[in-house]
Amino acid sequence: MPNSRHIEIQVLRYRPEQESEPVWQSYDVEFTDDMSVLQGLQHIKDDLDGSLSFRWSCRMAICGSCGMMINDKPHLSCQTFLRDLMPGPVRIEALAHLPIERDLVVSVDGFVKKLEGIKPYIIPKEPRTLEQGEYLQTPAQLERFEQYASCINCMLCYAACPQFGLDPDFTGPGVLALLHRYNADSRDGGRDERMQIVNAEEGVWSCTAVGYCSEVCPKHVDPANAVNQNKVNSAKDYFLRLLTPKGVSQ
Amino acid sequence: MEIFRADVAIVGAGGAGLRAAIAVAESDPTLSIALISKVYPMRSHTVAAEGGAAAVTQAHDSLAAHFHDTVAGGDWLCEQDVVEFFVGQAHREMVQMEHWGCPWSRTDDGHANVRAFGGMKIERTWFAADKTGFHMLHTLFQTSIKAPSIRRFDEHFCADLIVDEGRVQGVVAIEIATGQFRLIQAKSVIIATGGAGRVFRENTNGGIVTGDGMALAYRHGVPLRDMEFVQYHPTCMPGTGLLFTEACRGEGGFLLNKDGYRYLQDYGLGPAEPTPRNKAMELGPRDRLSQAYWHEKQKGRTIPGPHGEVVHLDLRHLGEKKLRERLPQIYELAVEYLGVDPAHEPIPVLPAVHYTMGGITANAKTESSLPGLYSVGECSSVGIHGANRLGSNSLTELLVFGKVAGVQAADYAKRTAHGNDRTIASLAKDAQRRAESVVSRPSGGERIATLRREMAKSMEDGCGIYRTAATMQATCETLAELKHRYRNVQLDDKSKAWNTEWLLAIELGYLLDVAQAMAHSALNRRESRGSHQRLDGFEARDDANYLAHSLACYRGADAPRIEYGPVRITSSPPGTRAYGAAGEEADRKAKEQEVAYAK
Repeated sequence: MPNSRHIEIQVLRYRPEQESEPVWQSYDVEFTDDMSVLQGLQHIKDDLDGSLSFRWSCRMAICGSCGMMINDKPHLSCQTFLRDLMPGPVRIEALAHLPIERDLVVSVDGFVKKLEGIKPYIIPKEPRTLEQGEYLQTPAQLERFEQYASCINCMLCYAACPQFGLDPDFTGPGVLALLHRYNADSRDGGRDERMQIVNAEEGVWSCTAVGYCSEVCPKHVDPANAVNQNKVNSAKDYFLRLLTPKGVSQ
Repeated sequence: MEIFRADVAIVGAGGAGLRAAIAVAESDPTLSIALISKVYPMRSHTVAAEGGAAAVTQAHDSLAAHFHDTVAGGDWLCEQDVVEFFVGQAHREMVQMEHWGCPWSRTDDGHANVRAFGGMKIERTWFAADKTGFHMLHTLFQTSIKAPSIRRFDEHFCADLIVDEGRVQGVVAIEIATGQFRLIQAKSVIIATGGAGRVFRENTNGGIVTGDGMALAYRHGVPLRDMEFVQYHPTCMPGTGLLFTEACRGEGGFLLNKDGYRYLQDYGLGPAEPTPRNKAMELGPRDRLSQAYWHEKQKGRTIPGPHGEVVHLDLRHLGEKKLRERLPQIYELAVEYLGVDPAHEPIPVLPAVHYTMGGITANAKTESSLPGLYSVGECSSVGIHGANRLGSNSLTELLVFGKVAGVQAADYAKRTAHGNDRTIASLAKDAQRRAESVVSRPSGGERIATLRREMAKSMEDGCGIYRTAATMQATCETLAELKHRYRNVQLDDKSKAWNTEWLLAIELGYLLDVAQAMAHSALNRRESRGSHQRLDGFEARDDANYLAHSLACYRGADAPRIEYGPVRITSSPPGTRAYGAAGEEADRKAKEQEVAYAK
């Protein structure tokens, strides 16, 4: 085994049945250089304090469960290593801007409701039967949306977004990136339906272009870019509506 | 207790559960569907599948070839009629996923691309870079949002099945956020809870892969089939077990020992050639590759590392550009988790537990012996994997049999009425009392993590890549002792909201039951076949006595009873399982034999 060291992990605890407001709790954690923050928390849960609650599953930055604030920045705990946080202490809190259900567990409901609201599925431009086989889509066409389809719904960008912090109704970076993912897919014809969400007050125009969302994204989705592209689309949409009686977008 | 009445309840919302839910909704939109998962659907472990999904696609490929690869890959323990159905439906399901928006990687002319995979004679694995499971899961989840008849119960933990009048009648679930119990009454229930890799120490699986559905069906009298067959994936990260996809080798990666030698050529997989050749060398099946690692380790030709002996997965010759395009996630995992740049250094790897070939006994319609109960995906044994699964058959399985399960469970629900409400409510209260007793037990001093570690270590020691009666017997005894000690588990957390320690305790109970089914099935199989390899006088396959499915039957506190059932052979009589140059010769012979058998 690699050599071990010690680090202090401070966790902001909140147990609704016990505490009226969050309190800090400190743990001394022995770790090796290959251990993630998640593994540090697992050690606490397994051996020191079984009452600490947090979500995790895949351990490899793809399931999106283990987002939390680590030293005031949103991170996936499985992808953040204790060796990089020496000498400590490490301060861990639930993701910012989201209601805390307990300890490091935040509510995901709002995010999922927003996702459900943007029609996150192909609305076919041209219907096609299974017998006709797959739609043709060139690598270049795929590249136009693939990056936005890589969102793992970890919500780090929501914890980073100052606008979402002020207005929880703001559709927010992750969901707007997914909306753009479908709009940019060559198979899809649902852009007009989705542009109503983009154009709404809680849509792209709430974004104040801080760009922190893209900085914290663990999958390089670059939601800020998706939002920005939709501002352009939304502006075009507005302009065309002035010109044509029914409102036509390209 | 709050009651929700559904026509069909689905436990598990990974790839299989979501595909099943969509199939129910499409087959009859008036049926109400309860989709229950202990996590949000997009967290399900399908998300971690990397390499791809198999379906015959190219003109020079054939269903017969996919069938033969699968049956031989499974060492002839497959249900051949089910495999025939499976290979026939696979392509249609890939196209369906494409229509639903799955971002499949493409050829230059815009068609879905296919890649080579272990044990597959012709390239037929559809892929979305090296995040195929992730993209399939999100595509299915987002597509399921279209269906108003799907009512999701996200973050609801399944505590028990309700069985009354000889049929399944629903499930009891805990809403994790509040600790409240819900009765979800249903006419049919589909179990789609995934595998049980967490019974082993070093594994590729997420923390949620704890065999919940397997254990529940098993406790209610449905046998678990072929549980001794546990797949070790040959290329995993030392220490954590995280997966480096087989696609690394499909794209041309090499496996090297400490001398930089492609050792697989010493294990009947050669000749070693500079470019990948299907069903040879690094593209051999997973069981053979993991076994070869074990032998190299015995010979002292592996490389010592901080987490045990490793070999090298060498991708350097593929170049950074191809690695970034085809294996972007692997690239990042190696850099971030190991500090290894795979374009310039080989990746240290070792085998880790990856997949449970066996599961809840199901027929080709995904039906179990308990009326109204269906199962699909890794938790199920529908019979296509036999003694060793070929990579990229399991993602396809989710789709093909997810659809079947949905259609079948919908049909059953339409023919069936809800049962006796009062009895069902009373059974649900009993289930609640049992689940709550885990928290309120008087102090017994046992920690969950201690028992879990002892179980996982014992499974690795006794039921690893190679097995003997003595080691398996020792594991069986340890598991019996652990089950006894489990009654003394003590929790730090007595609260209701988000009491994950409580859920871990219930999961440990599921894991122990599944582990017992595995260990006893293994001990009883006195032969070597596929992933079940013995060193104690049973080194050969024994078709006379063991061309049979094991069936582990639950007996409460006692060890399971192991029975055997027949294997359905349609066109491929058991033959020699050979790869590399020998494999090509064997394929020729098998074809002649098949012709003779057909006559």
